[in-house]
Amino acid sequence: MSILVDKNTRLLVQGITGSEGSFHTQRCIEYGTRVVAGVTPGKGGTQHLGVPVFNTIEKAMAETGANASIMFVPPPFAADGILEATEAGIPLVVCITEGIPVLDMVKVHRYLEGKATRLIGPNCPGVISPGKCKAGIMVGEIHRPGSVGVISRSGTLTYEVVSQLTSLKVGQSTCVGIGGDALPGSTFVDILRLFQADPDTQAVVLIGEIGGTMEQEAAEFIGQTMTKPVVAFVAGSTAPPGKRMGHAGAIITGSAGKASEKIKALSRAGAIIAPTPAEIGVTAKKVLQSS
Amino acid sequence: MTERLMVAVLKTAPRQCRGVGSNPTPSASKREGENLKIHEYQAKALLAQYGIPIPKGRMASSPAEAGEIAGEIGGKVVVKAQVYAGGRGKAGGIKTAGDPEEAEKATGQLIGTRLVTHQTGAEGVPISKVLVEEAGDPARELYVSILVDGASRLPVMMASEAGGMEIEEVAQSSPEKIFKVYIDTAVGFQPFQGRKLAYGMNLTGGQINEAARLMANLYRLFMDKDCSLVEINPLVVTANGTLLALDAKLNFDDNALYRHKEIQELRDREQEEPLEIQARDWGINNYVKMDGDIGCMVNGAGLAMAVNDLIQHCGGRAANFLDIGTLNNTDRVVNSFRMFAADPGVKAVLVNIFGGMARADVIARGIVEAYQRINVRFPVVIRLAGTNVEEGRRILVESRIDYIPAKDFYDGARKVVEAAKGASK
Repeated sequence: MSILVDKNTRLLVQGITGSEGSFHTQRCIEYGTRVVAGVTPGKGGTQHLGVPVFNTIEKAMAETGANASIMFVPPPFAADGILEATEAGIPLVVCITEGIPVLDMVKVHRYLEGKATRLIGPNCPGVISPGKCKAGIMVGEIHRPGSVGVISRSGTLTYEVVSQLTSLKVGQSTCVGIGGDALPGSTFVDILRLFQADPDTQAVVLIGEIGGTMEQEAAEFIGQTMTKPVVAFVAGSTAPPGKRMGHAGAIITGSAGKASEKIKALSRAGAIIAPTPAEIGVTAKKVLQSS
Repeated sequence: MTERLMVAVLKTAPRQCRGVGSNPTPSASKREGENLKIHEYQAKALLAQYGIPIPKGRMASSPAEAGEIAGEIGGKVVVKAQVYAGGRGKAGGIKTAGDPEEAEKATGQLIGTRLVTHQTGAEGVPISKVLVEEAGDPARELYVSILVDGASRLPVMMASEAGGMEIEEVAQSSPEKIFKVYIDTAVGFQPFQGRKLAYGMNLTGGQINEAARLMANLYRLFMDKDCSLVEINPLVVTANGTLLALDAKLNFDDNALYRHKEIQELRDREQEEPLEIQARDWGINNYVKMDGDIGCMVNGAGLAMAVNDLIQHCGGRAANFLDIGTLNNTDRVVNSFRMFAADPGVKAVLVNIFGGMARADVIARGIVEAYQRINVRFPVVIRLAGTNVEEGRRILVESRIDYIPAKDFYDGARKVVEAAKGASK
């Protein structure tokens, strides 16, 4: 098994006809993902990359049975895209878009309450269950099927970690990029809960970073609920305070936002801390072997 | 204070609590975040547009102008340095003047100098404008602010009767004096919420509705302009019992600036780090100047932070944080190299790209172009992986540019630290 996406995922692409949408849709298809529909308003009735394109998500779902969406919609229109997908009742929306205004996301979160849709992202690399389904922009080839779940606020650092794991022959059940924004659709705790319940995930690698308190919340969940081992790394130990390090959510101000505080909380909760970003893979391998 | 600090203050209490919890988080740093800031005089003009009372006064950019404004106001005035940093009062950036002549003199002492506060570095920030305002004699100093709370994912308004000091100090010394309401954006700010905060600040009589109206207007401003923070500190009760925004801070969400040309125009570049301005002009939005000697160009913020961490682990120090982002044109790569060339502190460069959305071949082409167009005076270590990496490596090799290849990012960090040490000998 795996979480969020698998062989039964029927993926719909919002913004399929744009240049990034096209490029990554092609890569998803090549990976073996069943891309069943695209949505671009005004281009309904056409085909793109051999995939039927619809004007609305509602129509695309009705005609293709799509059960997950990936979004490549520019920031000014992204909130609208998430709302449309939610209204149509699609169970999973993976939003790749970076740069959505915070107040747009406030409205999105308010709207998502009580709805059946789970949002991953925005500003994230997406989700991959190796060998089964790729709903994201990560390089498929660096992954390997297996039993380690990966959760991260960062895109490219996740690729780095995954390639370390794969080169050590440690496969992954599912890798989830929750995104670098201050208001992510799903948090570490949301995804940890899914991994804890997934019989095929034996251990979890969690990659946090400075800013906010999501790592502390994860630590609390790990301490109280997780029975599976968690290997953690927190990026930004050397980041200067008060500066936003690329991600909207990555800024140290209160001491809770510092890497050292997060590491302390995770370590206290029983997570195994990787000493450097280059040693996340080996740390995970050791943990797997001893568990 | 910064919006994130306030989030830290907020996070110290569970949502159902009325005050701030007993164990608030003290600040690690009081420097500002990267969201667009504006000057106090500009913030006050926006407050006035939204019907929020502000003191009589105007911005001056010369002593003569300041004297003139002081004359118009009449009586005692305050001359306030306009800089993007808090802590002006303690640093000598706020002066009082009894007449126009004194206002002129005070302005002369401020304009053209640099102000060093606890929020700036030792280099300080330049003063080229002052705000000349009527000096009041406030009966009470209150506090009101709005920001987005990450835990509830809603705008939250905080109010306190302990205005005039930083809110995290209040959170520590008297948390019971901080009141907050979460605003459901579906229905907006409600009068009862305003009354709750007004009673919390121990206002009375007609002040209750006056404050509730003021707060509703402040919320309207926050939402209309995509603010990341609005803060009135202090909000004063004047001698005759009315409310007045004596000092105000407005920050804006950079991601929303595309729909606020009027706010973009308020940016004062003089107040920002020159290399960071240069980076932005060259399309590199995620650049932070640091104090080491190794220039870094990385794709992705998390990886960029991890690379900087790793460089330090290997005994070096990064000259910058640079997340090149998702790009598929070569200009940003060339401009990143321009940034390294423009920074005299850079002794060696590490390029670490793990292509996902960004493609390694495009990056490689950009690097080759940079070598052709710029004098690359420093050793460059390059590590490429991910999307289109084979093509990227081929481009680099065939170009015959002089660089040090690295097999992974640990290798890259080690090699660049070595190269920087070699270069400084």
